[in-house]
Parts: sequence; structure tokens; C-alpha cells
Amino acid sequence: MTTGDTRQGGGGWIEEALREHEHEHEAAQTPSPAEPGGRPVLPVADRERQVLERIDRARRRRPRVREERVTMSHGAGGKATRTLVEAIFLDAFRNPQLEPLEDAAALTLSGVRTALTTDSYVVSPLFFPGGNIGDLAVNGTVNDLSVAGATPLYLSAGFILEEGFPVADLVRVTSSMREAAAAAGVQIVTGDTKVVQRGKADGCYINTAGVGLLLPDVSLGVALAQPGDAIIVSGPIGDHGITIMLARGELDIEADVVSDTAPLNGLTACLLDAVPETRAMRDATRGGVATILNEIAAGADVGVLVREDDIPVRDEVRGACELLGIDPMYVACEGRMVVVVPGDSTDRALTALRGHPLGEDAAVIGHVTDGQPGIVQLKTAFGGTRIVDLLVGDPLPRIC
Amino acid sequence: MRFVDEFRDADQARALAAKIAALCEPGRQYKLMEVCGGHTHTIYKHGLEDYLPESITLVHGPGCPVCVIPMGRVDDAMHLSAGPDVIMTSFGDMMRVPGSNGSFFDAKAAGTDIRMVYSPLDSLKIARQNPDKQVVFMAIGFETTAPSTAMTMLRASAEGLSNFSVFCNHVTIVPAIKAILDSPDLRLDGFIGPGHVSTVIGCRPYEFIARDYGKPVVVAGFEPLDILQSIYMLMLQLASGRSEVENQYSRVVPWNGNTVALKAIGETMELRPYFEWRGLGFISHSALRVREKYAAMDAERLFSVPGVRVADPKACQCGEVLKGVLKPWECKVFGTACTPETPIGTCMVSPEGACAAYYNFGRVERHRVPEAVPASAGGS
Repeated sequence: MTTGDTRQGGGGWIEEALREHEHEHEAAQTPSPAEPGGRPVLPVADRERQVLERIDRARRRRPRVREERVTMSHGAGGKATRTLVEAIFLDAFRNPQLEPLEDAAALTLSGVRTALTTDSYVVSPLFFPGGNIGDLAVNGTVNDLSVAGATPLYLSAGFILEEGFPVADLVRVTSSMREAAAAAGVQIVTGDTKVVQRGKADGCYINTAGVGLLLPDVSLGVALAQPGDAIIVSGPIGDHGITIMLARGELDIEADVVSDTAPLNGLTACLLDAVPETRAMRDATRGGVATILNEIAAGADVGVLVREDDIPVRDEVRGACELLGIDPMYVACEGRMVVVVPGDSTDRALTALRGHPLGEDAAVIGHVTDGQPGIVQLKTAFGGTRIVDLLVGDPLPRIC
Repeated sequence: MRFVDEFRDADQARALAAKIAALCEPGRQYKLMEVCGGHTHTIYKHGLEDYLPESITLVHGPGCPVCVIPMGRVDDAMHLSAGPDVIMTSFGDMMRVPGSNGSFFDAKAAGTDIRMVYSPLDSLKIARQNPDKQVVFMAIGFETTAPSTAMTMLRASAEGLSNFSVFCNHVTIVPAIKAILDSPDLRLDGFIGPGHVSTVIGCRPYEFIARDYGKPVVVAGFEPLDILQSIYMLMLQLASGRSEVENQYSRVVPWNGNTVALKAIGETMELRPYFEWRGLGFISHSALRVREKYAAMDAERLFSVPGVRVADPKACQCGEVLKGVLKPWECKVFGTACTPETPIGTCMVSPEGACAAYYNFGRVERHRVPEAVPASAGGS
């Protein structure tokens, strides 16, 4: 090691970020407590609050992709994904149907209210306890339509296959898709096939798109959440993510968990039938329940308060999460949804959800509040308070 | 769940909070440093500060393996990984640490072969599977992780593997604590001792803190009740004017440490004359390097490493945060230019870093439990 030669670190984007920050800083005219003389030194609590306000402003700035290349974080469903979607895709395609960034776009076709969605599946491994890429690809798209308040009807299926992929595996995948479609009451009516050279893909990728009819008199969206609303999850969380993680066999942990992949259209229909005033539904896939809670807080500019004790997590999932140092709140589900209903509809919503096999363990996990807007607070089982932010980084790529 | 829930019991926490509050002398301010980043993480993740009276401040210490790695070492690692036929392996925490030209993640996206591993043994596996490649393990961490690096080297040596090497960045905790004690910037009342490090080195190495500096030390476990109990034990010592080393984490930490682990470290590694710590500067005898005997496994000897010292970006105040002089939110760029998704300093990268813990968990107005308000404060 040499000690004589020293360079100044922080070129490129760091300088840019700092310049941006300086600009923001000056605009805000925040008095610096360290400044000698002149302005009075503020008490600690006030200074901390000012910093929190400054951060809040910074978080509301228009997102920008700083990286020169796409990294795995951009696919993780957390902050980087949101930045990529808003800064690149939304910027390029902006229109009123896309703008809400809901799970499905609401379209009016010849006077008929329709929902359209699409999703690609790159899960690894292709086969895992409780399902495979095939039923995942059907259920995922069915669920995106269902939580948008639509009755799913027709799906497309596009396959990208790697040279050498066993035909027997393709048969297993497609028969799972057939069964999943039958269970959800949808039909796969169009498709596409591409084959790429060995090494240019990982076995089999699937894209599905789906259309459905939006239920009349139902208006859904996380932006509709209001203080006093109840937040419900439809069952134990994190089963799918932990199943995939363990199925990869890299961790030498065994646990009795299976993926929760399932079509949610029956459950959403039950709920909307009993509680048509439901404000929002979201299926908690990549990024887990924590991401949905943040979407509610940001979308409606409200506070969200949840209680760790009330969040259903299976012991096996919790144990695996404890060992791996991950928070089940961020682990993907493929058959669970988060629901926002008005506070006085809570009991009716719970009864409706629990009356369906997929909602037996539905539980109220928290409420929408008029507290810090845009912030999700968690009352921990230990009795303290903390924030639940959007996920940064990628603990678990290719989960779906 | 057994072995978890009993260490997170809110009723016990309230009882401890009341006892801690009762020990606070009116008008006195207490500054206690949790040395280990694992403790910082627990404190924020469980919202432990809700249980502490206003007069007790927790100061976050330097015990975060990723945080103390200076930018120059990251650049060295980047240089190593760009070599021909090299596979760089690293813990996940290291992947997002920014060097002068981006992080491991960025280099990976640009085509460099960098793989995340959960254990150095995974690197060994990669070395066996890729005999035509040079597999380098980026070793970071305190005495907690040094034994696993040492054991991996011993196994590689026993197997006669010739394509596995270690880029050794292991550091030792005691010189860092001493540097903080000698720093004029900070007056601390006591230390929550690092539990995981102590499973290896035991409690004896901290005796000088109690003896020479008159500060109490309580080695603590990593569940929130462990930490709260350790704070109570520190407050008991302070109330009675004692300064001793106590072991709250006796279910895991033996007083004399783990001799097998220490022997493995001693066999494969030796103290460096000096090492640069991010923010703390050069500290003598504060880090480990690979012994001459294992030179064939020392990436610094096998490959050319630039070894250029890179100063932190000017606005970055990680050093002050690491020393506990600044609270994370007091850093000028905290949360605006420097965030977990685009970190400038290391403290914002690792989940054990004070800035990341505060940003991800702690940006919330505290509501103290009633038990944490001393009776003399009149509930105000």
C-alpha cells in the first residue's frame, strides 16, 4: 500500500448529485446549525425535523436513472424498478391510461370498460414446490386483472425458449398453464414462440397478457385511500419468495413451504360483491407487502401505520427470514393481496374474504392515517416504531 | 417462535425501560456507544429508542465492516476483478459500495465476473468448478468473519487448490475503539460491546477501556431485549460509579473467546503495521494481512494492486458519523444527495451502517413509551 499518492474521490455522478443537492439546499434556505454567529442554533428536534422535510422534498423530485447500464436492482421491484419505470418507460409512453401505473390499464372499447395487462416470467428454477413457471404465468396475469376490479377473460402466451430445452418440460409447463387457466375460468387464445441459441436464455421465459371486463360501479386505486381506512392482507405472506429461495438449493436450508401461487379472481369477486366501496386491491408480488403499503402511502399522500404482530407470516417463512436476515414484508407472494377498505366496512370485508378458501387467514394489519404523508410506519412486535421503506437492492433476483 | 419471541417481549421491555429511567440522574446527559453495526441495525429495526429516556443518547460506533473500507480499497478490488480470467467473489453487502468508478454491481452489469457469495466456502466451490480461472475472495469484516476466511484458506491449502486467493481487508476492533477513546471530539459514558466479535476474542481485550479510561463496557447480544438489558447494566455501573467489563451475552460469548478460531486466524494472518480506515484515517496494527507462509493465496502478492489512497468525496461525512461525532441526519448530504439507492458514503450502503439504518427505519418522530419518561420529568 502506498500512502503518498492521494486522489480526490467522487467524480461523475457523485459530483452531479452534490450539485443537485446544493441547488436544493439553497432553495430551501435551511439555516445551518453549525454556522457560527448570525442565525440562532435550533434545538435538536427541530433540526432533525427540518432534515426530514428536506428528505421528503428530495424524494418527491422527478426520478432519474443515474446508472449507465441496467443492473439487477432495476428488476427487483423496489426503488430502482420504480425509477426505471417512471424515468424511462413512463417518460417515453406517457398517456392517461398508463400514468396511474396500476396493475392493469383501464380502457373503454366501444363503450365497454375493459382492463388490459401484461407480465413476463423468468423465475428460476422453472419448477418449484407448489407450482412452476406455467401456472405462475397464468395466475400472475389473472391476478393483475382481478385486483384492477376486472373479470379476467382471455390470455395470450408468448414463449422464449432456449435451444436444447427438453420438450417434456415444455409439456409439463403447458399442461400446468391449461389447468391454471381452467381453474381461473380464462382461455389462452393467442400466442407466440421464439427460440434463441443455447446460452442466450435460461430454458424458458413466458410472457402473458390478459384482457377482462371491468365490473360496473367499481372504482379502485391506491390514490383513493383515506385516513381511517383499514388495510387487510388476504393470508400469510412471503410463501412464494421463500419457496423459490430454498428451491435453488444454495442455502442448505430445508423448510416445509410451498408457493402460494393461485388465481385471485374468485376472492376479489367475493370482496367486491360484499364491499363494492372497496378503495384498492393490489397483489403483493415482487417487493412484497411493504412495497404495496408504500404505494398506498405515496399514491394517496397519506400515512400508513401497520402492526408487526398483526401481519400473518407462517413460522417456517419467519424462521427462514430470521436465518437469512431478510424481512418477510419484502418477500414476494403470488396468491395474496393487500386490500384497502373504508374503516366501517372492515368487518364485512373480513367476513367476505374469510368465506373464500384463499382468504381464510385474512387479517387487518393496519390503517391509513393522517400522519407523516408518504411514510409507512410499523409498530414493531417489540413495541417500538420504525419506517418501512421501499426496498433497495435485490436480495432475490428472478422470483417470478 | 422459540428463541426469537422471548427476546422481543414488549412487557419485559417496558419493565426495563422503567428501571433505566429510574437510574437517570436529573440533569445529566448520557452518551452510550454501540460499537457494532449489528446493534445499530437492531436498535432501529425494532424501534428501541422508544424505550429510552431523552437523556440517554445512543452513539453509533465504527463496527460496520463495509463502512470502514476506504474508497481506495474498493478501487483496488475493482482493479483485481478486471484482471484476465479473474472471478471476484464478495459478500452481498460489498456489492453496492461505491468506488471512484462505480460499484461491484455496476462493474458486473458492464460484464466483469463478480459473484455474490454467502460464505468464503462458496468461493472455494467456485474455484473448484473453474480450475482455469483465478477466484479471488474479497474478505471483509472484523474478528467475526476472519475465522471463516482463515478456515477456508486452511481448507484450500489442504486441498492443494492453486486458483483461490484472498484480498484481505479484515480489521480488528480494539484499535478502532482506542482511536475513538483518544479522539478529543467525543465524550462517551460507556460502551455496548460488540457481541459477535467477542464470540471470537472474548471479553478480556476490553479491560483497558474500564481500567485505563474508566468507562464501563457491557458485551451485548443482538436481540432488542439484549441491548436494552445491556443499557440497564451500563446505567447500573454508572449509577454506582463502577467501570467494569460485563458480559450480557454469556449464552454465546465465552470470557476468553474461541481459541480454535483465534488459532486459525493466527496461523494464516498477521497484523499489518497500519491500515487506512474510512473516516478514521491510518490506525496502526488495526488490520490483518495474509502471512508469508500462505503467499500463494494472497491476492495482494499474486496480482498487482494499485494501492492508491482515494480521499472521500468532499461532502461525505462518513468519518464523523463512524466516530459518532455526527448523527446520520446531521451529515450535509444525508437523504438528499446520499440515499440507499445512490449512496455516496459507505454508511449509507450496508444495512449495518448508521446512515442506512436511520434512513430505512428511523426517519420517524419518536413516541417514547410512558415508562421511559423519568418521574422527575413530570411526564412533560
